[in-house]
Amino acid sequence: MRVMAAMAMVLNLDKCIGCSTCSVTCKQTWTNRDGTDYVWFNNVETKPGVGYPGGWEDQAQWRGGWELDGSGRLRLRSGNRLRRLVRIFANPEMPSIDDYYEPATYDYDALLSAPAGTQPVARPLSAHTGQPMEISGGPNWDDDLGGSQQYAAADPNFRELGSAVRLEFENTFMFHLPRLCEHCLNPACVAACPSGAMYKRESDGIVLVDENRCRGWRMCVSACPYKKVFLNRLSGKAEKCTFCFPRIEEGTPTVCSETCVGRIRYIGVMLYDLDAVEDAAKADRANLVEAQRAVFLDPFDPAVVAQAEADGVARDWIKSAQASPVWALAMKHKVALPLHPEFRTLPMVWYIPPLSPLLGATTAMGGNAEDPDDVFHTISSLRVPVDYLAQLFTAGDSAMVEQVLGKLAAIRTHMRAVTTGADEPSLPEGVSGSDLEELYQLLGVAKFSSRFVIPKGHREETAEVASWVSGCPLETPDGPLTRSERGRKLP
Amino acid sequence: MSWLSIALFGVWPYIALTMFVIGNIWRWRTDQFGWTTRTSELSEKKLLMWASPIFHFGMLAVLIGHLMGLVIPEGWMTSIGVSPEAYHIMAVSLGTVAGLVFTLGVVLLILRRFILKTRIRLVTRPGDIVMYILLGLIIIIGMTATLGYNVLGPGYDYRESIGVWLRSIFMANPAISVMAAAPWIYQLHAALALGLFAVWPFSRLVHMWSVPVGYLTRPPIVYRQAARV
Repeated sequence: MRVMAAMAMVLNLDKCIGCSTCSVTCKQTWTNRDGTDYVWFNNVETKPGVGYPGGWEDQAQWRGGWELDGSGRLRLRSGNRLRRLVRIFANPEMPSIDDYYEPATYDYDALLSAPAGTQPVARPLSAHTGQPMEISGGPNWDDDLGGSQQYAAADPNFRELGSAVRLEFENTFMFHLPRLCEHCLNPACVAACPSGAMYKRESDGIVLVDENRCRGWRMCVSACPYKKVFLNRLSGKAEKCTFCFPRIEEGTPTVCSETCVGRIRYIGVMLYDLDAVEDAAKADRANLVEAQRAVFLDPFDPAVVAQAEADGVARDWIKSAQASPVWALAMKHKVALPLHPEFRTLPMVWYIPPLSPLLGATTAMGGNAEDPDDVFHTISSLRVPVDYLAQLFTAGDSAMVEQVLGKLAAIRTHMRAVTTGADEPSLPEGVSGSDLEELYQLLGVAKFSSRFVIPKGHREETAEVASWVSGCPLETPDGPLTRSERGRKLP
Repeated sequence: MSWLSIALFGVWPYIALTMFVIGNIWRWRTDQFGWTTRTSELSEKKLLMWASPIFHFGMLAVLIGHLMGLVIPEGWMTSIGVSPEAYHIMAVSLGTVAGLVFTLGVVLLILRRFILKTRIRLVTRPGDIVMYILLGLIIIIGMTATLGYNVLGPGYDYRESIGVWLRSIFMANPAISVMAAAPWIYQLHAALALGLFAVWPFSRLVHMWSVPVGYLTRPPIVYRQAARV
């Protein structure tokens, strides 16, 4: 066992209203620069829908993530290293700008230069070429099922479910899915980078690109199954979500999390066993979620704590791991699930599947959304939403999704009973009243300090500090700050 | 020996090679952020899927051909059993094929960048334009020389002249008179090729130094840690 610590996030989809504030504040912070106009480190998409870039989940097309070969070995879906090197001159799986969208501006000059007495019109111009264009895409083009005949219909998750299911689905179900880099434990982008420019930070698991080592081979862009590594159009270098590491190191949440108006995001530390990562990534399809859960280590277990200290995890980080809302939601209460575990990258951004569409459906079916029996009936009778969510979060295991939704419904009914003094409803198997009250606290009323439990980075132990004595390490491009980070192979 | 010959074949090679060596070291030490292939695949993909591999594989073949013809002395080739006749047949046939593939790649890339696609034209930098002009001229002249002298014409053994001159440069004793006696089209080809080496450090050609061979042996997941005091 080798204990490592990694930052993780949980998003409660039940509370996401799709306002895209996270996307906008992220863009203002990170990608409002030349060459990144089409780049959204964080985007919010409507499900069902194709998302951004269009059809990103379809790995038959992009060959992102990992797969098991004939003899059960783990390999990148884009083939072995030699295959990638042979395709280095032109990467067939690389998305083009049309798969994202072509950013547009408007011909504002026409408004000012039009002669008097005419009605001026500002027509859209391509931000890349300056030529007139029809705007036909955007980072949330199919927002709120707009154009769902075309976009929701093309959702790759329906492939397993069939078209009859799809039509039924569109009439009953819709939710928002905010997406960012997953900062995976087994990142495909890092493994695919020919230059070794991408790396995972040992201290907090954040996955970054070393812009000085990136040579623009663009294998990371296609290898990431979540399509969350981008190519800067002008600099020719890869860029990605940084998990706002300068903020995280200060103990502050990421910009997307802090500005979330629905307060749907939680950030915390997870301890995990580095030696168990590979086996978990090789787990059977039916067992992927539990396999990843098994990689996480119980921060309350004295043996884990002792090993963590021996492996150099700081004491305050272990304490943070014990208070981690991610541990509570993903491990203790098991209401959070990973996004597309079948990509086998062991993502670290998890989601609580949405219950509210099912409550709406309960009412639509003539039931009472406040009656637990009616809600449970809806959950188990409405196969479609549950099966769809299973495609997204459990690699097709509907029972696991049902369990989570049942628990979420039970929180409502239990708290109703507690506050009104009504009869205690029967609780789902293995769930206690105190569990539900704890979940209610965490999901409903948790304050900033409980939603974001982020220990400060221990930069005082690093070489930069020594250099601060004699001056600013950033003064020279070759300064200590640049030199102090070095590649390292772990045992 | 004219002044022009001395300048072109005695002085210019050293200027170009100095720019090449010093320039690459300077660029490596000062501009890691700018050191990239500057791929335009994001902007255009369909043409690139054909043009880029044709160009690169053609270029590799041409490069190997030039190395065999110019760097390895004729005597060495003969001593390992490759007779001048065998070499000539091989060089002309394979060389012409490689040259044509390379030419096709360059033509496709130039069409793609400068004629067909506005998007790529807009991410094109001055260095790219200089490089494409040089590359285009060198290829046209080189192919004309090969076709004119060795495929359709009487044949010309550049190994006895240009090869000797090229090796003499590295021995700091340039055989200017040998090169001055070569046909003008070969002279022009060589002088322009030196120009390509001179602009190399200042163009995207630097990505050739970054062929990621280390990728084949490194561990799949790279971890980094800030250095401890």
